[in-house]
Amino acid sequence: MIVKQISIFLENRRGRLAEVTQLLGDHKINIRAISLADTSDFGIVRLIVNDTEKAYTVLKSAGLTVNKNDVIAVEIPDEPGGLATVLNVLKAAGLNVEYLYGFLEKKTDKAIIIFRFDDMNEAVRVLRESGISTISDQELSNL
Amino acid sequence: MKANIAQGFWDEKIECMDRKSMEALQTERLRDLVKRVYATVPFHQRRFAEHGVRPEDIKSLKDLARLPFMTKQDLRDTYPFGLFSRPMDEVVEIHSSSGTTGKPVVVGYTRNDLDLWATVMARTLRCGGVSEKDVVQNAYGYGLFTGGLGVHYGAQKIGASVVPISGGNSKRQIMIMQDFGTDALCCTPSYSLCLAEVAEEMGVDLRSLKLRVGFFGAEPWSESMRAEIEKKLGILALDIYGLTEIIGPGVASECPYRKGLHINEDHFLPEVIDSETGQVLPYGQEGELVITTLTKEAFPVIRFRTRDITVLDPEPCECGRTLVRMKRVTGRTDDMLIIRGVNVFPSQIEDVLVKIEGVAPHYLIVVDRKGTLDDIEIRVEVSEGNLADEVKKFEELERKIKNELESVLGISTKIKLVEPHAIERSMGKAVRVQDRRNLKED
Repeated sequence: MIVKQISIFLENRRGRLAEVTQLLGDHKINIRAISLADTSDFGIVRLIVNDTEKAYTVLKSAGLTVNKNDVIAVEIPDEPGGLATVLNVLKAAGLNVEYLYGFLEKKTDKAIIIFRFDDMNEAVRVLRESGISTISDQELSNL
Repeated sequence: MKANIAQGFWDEKIECMDRKSMEALQTERLRDLVKRVYATVPFHQRRFAEHGVRPEDIKSLKDLARLPFMTKQDLRDTYPFGLFSRPMDEVVEIHSSSGTTGKPVVVGYTRNDLDLWATVMARTLRCGGVSEKDVVQNAYGYGLFTGGLGVHYGAQKIGASVVPISGGNSKRQIMIMQDFGTDALCCTPSYSLCLAEVAEEMGVDLRSLKLRVGFFGAEPWSESMRAEIEKKLGILALDIYGLTEIIGPGVASECPYRKGLHINEDHFLPEVIDSETGQVLPYGQEGELVITTLTKEAFPVIRFRTRDITVLDPEPCECGRTLVRMKRVTGRTDDMLIIRGVNVFPSQIEDVLVKIEGVAPHYLIVVDRKGTLDDIEIRVEVSEGNLADEVKKFEELERKIKNELESVLGISTKIKLVEPHAIERSMGKAVRVQDRRNLKED
């Protein structure tokens, strides 16, 4: 359920994201999902990749402020109301979403949503009890 | 750490001389100096005449106040050799400070001057316990800049083994520290932190090396930066003071008690003045440091305005030295920024930044004028170990820096977080300020 995400602090300047993604590409690291939160001066890039450890090492040795964070990967049906069903469960439990981003699975009709909650432990418990389908690190890197 | 530093003096008789004997020595040397410069330098003849003073009027140290000040501008106006008081035949070395604008400053040394320089630098290094047994890694730039050769001559005078590596080539610096067993490091304080960073990247723990003392100068730095250096390098970090116009490094230095810098006042007579009025201030009052070189031959200066702000303390130090002490220079009258009417010293900003978790002490102050208002932006590097993954946490960090700076400086600033290594590292003096307002006259 808990999977590792890579987050990178980047200055908001032309070409910076291209440089970083190129660096990952050069090291044969595949990006599964990406999200970018930004202000006018800087941004945080969050990534789900096929090899988190390698990506971390590559980015760290390039001198970037990079971290591995715990996030939760939830699998939902790719259909109207799919995300709302999950969010309603979380809402009922009083959980607050810090951020989320999603992507589609290639081989199935499912979508995967990456969540970060203010209370990760509670989120794990609620999701487990509600029977909502989640994805492991292993499954994620095999996608 | 203090206990590990061998106490000792290079010139005990002078360094521990009682005030009365010191003043007698200074008086004798001052009287000789004014006669010498009057006889040999047209610039001084003219200035003495303009102020209605004759060399024989200078009888005591009090009479010094009758002589006019010299400024950097005087040195530029007489470029290159106009202030030399010895023929070029006797000048054996020439140094020059980089002229960012206008003409650079050029200074000359006779053989005796070089020997004097070696002596005051030997005193400096001995202040930190350096002896003939030590390896001194000299990462000050060699060349026209006085830092490199000044340290070099002093270390050789002591009989230490000097490694004249000069600035830059950081990986090699670390390698040499390990392989040669460097005991003492000499460089700018900012470069020492740059070396600590490189060592970390190389997986070398500087604290585990033999290195035990560092002599840092050529730029103002704060107590917090000292703490940072001592922590990262595992050494005793001492502040040394000097300037090209006087001799280079060797004017004053800290001892392990670090309660001010001992001025080699038998050669460099200090005064502190009110920089607005030029009035000499009593001991204990803060003002601009003014120096008269009592014994230099080729390039003597009389009442040279350093623009450095300090306080003089004539009380004997716990180390036994009686030489007058100057407080660490907290700023220069000319690098002081005036932002919206408020005085801002880069060292104040640095002091705040080193105490904040999540950023590195690498920063750049950009001052600009938007309309009629001055804008100050401080670019700060996020530390590599910053664990945040959300925009709001970085925004909180910016707010925190902004608030703390505001409480210290009294003005509001704009904080811009930048990536690690985004701010250019300097091998010599760190560039801390980018003033785009064009307010300065030179």
